[in-house]
Amino acid sequence: MLKVRVIPCLDVKDGRTVKGVQFVDLKDAGDPVSLARAYDSQGADELCFLDITASVEGRGAMLEVIERTADECFMPLTVGGGVRTPDDMVTMLRAGADKVAINTAAVIEPEIVSACARKVGRQAVVVAVDVRRSPESGDPKWGVYTHGGRRSAGIDAIEFIRNVVSLGAGEILLTSMDRDGTKEGYDLQLLQAARRVSSVPIIASGGAGNAEHMAQAIVVGGADAVLAASIFHFGEVSVSEAKKAIARAGAPVRLPRKETS
Amino acid sequence: MTRIAIVDYGSGNVRSVRKALERAALSGTGNVSTIVTDDPDELRSVDGIVLPGVGHYADCATALRNRSGLIEAIHEAVFTHGRPFMGICVGMQLLATFGEEDQITPGLDWISGSVGRLRPTPSHLPVPHMGWNTLITVNDHPVLAGLGDGPHVYFTHSYAMTPLEEQDIAARTDYGGSITAAIARGPLFGTQFHPEKSQAIGQRILANFLNWRPG
Repeated sequence: MLKVRVIPCLDVKDGRTVKGVQFVDLKDAGDPVSLARAYDSQGADELCFLDITASVEGRGAMLEVIERTADECFMPLTVGGGVRTPDDMVTMLRAGADKVAINTAAVIEPEIVSACARKVGRQAVVVAVDVRRSPESGDPKWGVYTHGGRRSAGIDAIEFIRNVVSLGAGEILLTSMDRDGTKEGYDLQLLQAARRVSSVPIIASGGAGNAEHMAQAIVVGGADAVLAASIFHFGEVSVSEAKKAIARAGAPVRLPRKETS
Repeated sequence: MTRIAIVDYGSGNVRSVRKALERAALSGTGNVSTIVTDDPDELRSVDGIVLPGVGHYADCATALRNRSGLIEAIHEAVFTHGRPFMGICVGMQLLATFGEEDQITPGLDWISGSVGRLRPTPSHLPVPHMGWNTLITVNDHPVLAGLGDGPHVYFTHSYAMTPLEEQDIAARTDYGGSITAAIARGPLFGTQFHPEKSQAIGQRILANFLNWRPG
């Protein structure tokens, strides 16, 4: 049976993790590779790196982070941030990433999703969708945002998801900008609405405050995976606590197990 | 010294495969060196061959065929000299007779079968089949030895191989139906999942491959 995935996310700028990280037994918490190693040994199912660097030099640093991580963490890696073209994707994949997330480029020109899928295979193309709730009353609606949630694209998020899935997205990384950083839990209505139109896996992002929130995203929201950053980095929730909560809620998880000889 | 070639035909994550093999080699006896190559002469001289592959079936098949003498060299190493071969993901699917991704594309036809789109039941299950799933060995094989109970491996694919002969299936997994997870015939072995991304279980599989001497 396919297992629900728990995915720690690292924000990286100029090759260093940016969100404050407090990890016991970690010599250099600013080094994304050290952090990746820690999550690897905790039994994380995947890792996600989001590059928030603006400069060209910083991009090179990100590639080096991917290479160093892939050289010693033999687990799935997703990389996002600043990816514009199919060739950008190839560069990331050759460095050791397994999946590459595109965001702004897919909003500006959705057909880029098709070009990427044709070039690297649908399974490697993640479309990162940042959304905010529209203020109208009645049934909830969400709009697509770019530039780290600051700029409205004027597009309905659910329609956008339907569109990019039909164009070749292999996975949706769905972030509620309303919930991001609030620790109030994922936007379950958003996840449910996306689930109804998406035939590809959905990663829930934005709002995790505890392990129960993650379980809810799976069993109520219908997500296939949960992503979180700071609550993992600050040790508020461990990967295994998250998995145990998801298992208690009745969804299948991969619990760490020693290999037999 | 055991020399293992990872075939670089412009498709697939050769770097991850190489690093994972090098790490797996540390757990075994004997020296292992890896090379990344598309040179037919080198491929004829190595002790084992790994064929990775991600992306579109037709693109991978074309890339392989466009490299002069490459397929012939792999064929000679495997079928004349009995060198162990491991295909990973599309690198495994290429062993089939044909693939059905968008169009019918001839494969190598070294293991009779076809590669078709996943159609899980119930139909609302997402495709790609993405994540960790349980590997179920159906025919014991040295490469799958010692994995313990209910090992998990990492899958990410929308198409899967269906061998014509049931006995060519070494392992399967369940995702709204049975999916071929590993195939084996003589010196040929292939995985639909990614051993290079499957943490400790993947490491064990790669170490087993390095120690495997097809009889």
